[in-house]
Amino acid sequence: MDNQVILTSNQLDLTITRLCHELIEQHSDFSNTVLIGMQPRGIHVVERLRERLGEILSKKPLCGSLDITFYRDDFRRREKPLIPSVTNIDFSIEGKNVVLVDDVLFTGRTIRSGLDALLAFGRPQKVELMVLIDRRFQRDLPIQADYIGKSVDSLHNERVSVNWKEVDGEDKVVLYLKEGNE
Amino acid sequence: MNNLSVSHLIGIKDLSREDIEIIFKTADSFKDVINRPIKKVPSLRDITIANLFFENSTRTRLSFELAAKRLSADVVNFSASSSSLKKGETLVDTVNNILSMKVDMVVLRHESPGSALYLTKHIKAKVINAGDGTHEHPTQALLDAYSIKEKLGDVEGKKVVIIGDILHSRVALSNIYCLQKMGAEVMVCGPSALIPKHIEKLNVKVSHNLREALMWCDVANMLRIQLERQDIQYFPSLRAYSMQFGLTKEILDELNKEIVVMHPGPINRGVEITSEVADGPHSIILDQVENGVAIRMAVIYLLASKIER
Repeated sequence: MDNQVILTSNQLDLTITRLCHELIEQHSDFSNTVLIGMQPRGIHVVERLRERLGEILSKKPLCGSLDITFYRDDFRRREKPLIPSVTNIDFSIEGKNVVLVDDVLFTGRTIRSGLDALLAFGRPQKVELMVLIDRRFQRDLPIQADYIGKSVDSLHNERVSVNWKEVDGEDKVVLYLKEGNE
Repeated sequence: MNNLSVSHLIGIKDLSREDIEIIFKTADSFKDVINRPIKKVPSLRDITIANLFFENSTRTRLSFELAAKRLSADVVNFSASSSSLKKGETLVDTVNNILSMKVDMVVLRHESPGSALYLTKHIKAKVINAGDGTHEHPTQALLDAYSIKEKLGDVEGKKVVIIGDILHSRVALSNIYCLQKMGAEVMVCGPSALIPKHIEKLNVKVSHNLREALMWCDVANMLRIQLERQDIQYFPSLRAYSMQFGLTKEILDELNKEIVVMHPGPINRGVEITSEVADGPHSIILDQVENGVAIRMAVIYLLASKIER
């Protein structure tokens, strides 16, 4: 099975830097802005952004992680129950500008659940969406990202996997054909 | 592995250690949820749960009701005192009538041991045992072990003594199974008349001396004397019982060691435990109640995922 590399390690690094600058354009010094990564894979994107923003602004922005397990719309449509990851938002999001961050935007269902989950923590001033990879024309719901690392045209039975050095041994983004029923 | 090995929760006896760990892990997340500004998640929007309480209860019924509501399930409550049971309807008929109203899950408390298991054989809905006579009370044992884990970091290797009316206590039996599966050592302590014969077959230590038991343990779980189940007199008087087995501040002070004090409730203040101890720094009684909601949410959530669509 051939894996098609969408972003190499270098390209991924450049993309992260560009996304940081786009964020700074909109949110300047992040005094009223927080980044929230979607569990389980969005948190790695946030971690990179946080490091890079720290280098550029010499101050790291507030970051959190959000688990959406209990807000999903496919409970009981799966074989197994979904065991949640950790939600860690130890600040108030009331009145803040929140940037939700995930690695891949596909059907939009995860983000829909994420918005529900987020609102359980308070009422933000504004919510934006940043994704590293946008699988365009694959949406089930009317959801679009405000910041996009790279847009990809893909088939429904393909999968995009974002790999990180810390957890997967290597930085890269690959597109591959889904095998069997996932 | 993130699926329970059972489709109903009848007793801890049927669970594996892995099952208990999945429940604890899920409960961690729910504990987080119930401490948020909005204490509710939409997971179980399409599920209806009937709380059938044929015996009196405050904590357990409220706890199950809250747990269900915080998962966005619909709840119907039934208590025996105000039902047609008095007109001669059988348990299965009552439940089947309720199920005709499209109920997916039943939480049952009943005075007959085995009633929950019996129900699973006659109805389609998922069943959670909320106490069947003197048999088991699994969610209480789960929340007790969970509270010990929260307080002491782990259950493995801890020494837990269960003190009081072991003979009539479903909490004791479920606790013994649960704590042992999680790797704790268990002792039971009480007047000989209230300790079941052959209980040492369950691999528990037995003591008839409160001080000796307290010296041995890390955690003391105090049980209520269940006068409503005692058909004969098992000890001379409540006063005599509390002189010998009541937990007081004086005894705790004398021991000069840290003991975690638990009680499943309802407390009979001044009988098995004095107010000073129940409200004191050793006590985690109210944490147990809070954890009860999280544990019950976890159990309902995990079993609900097994309901067929």
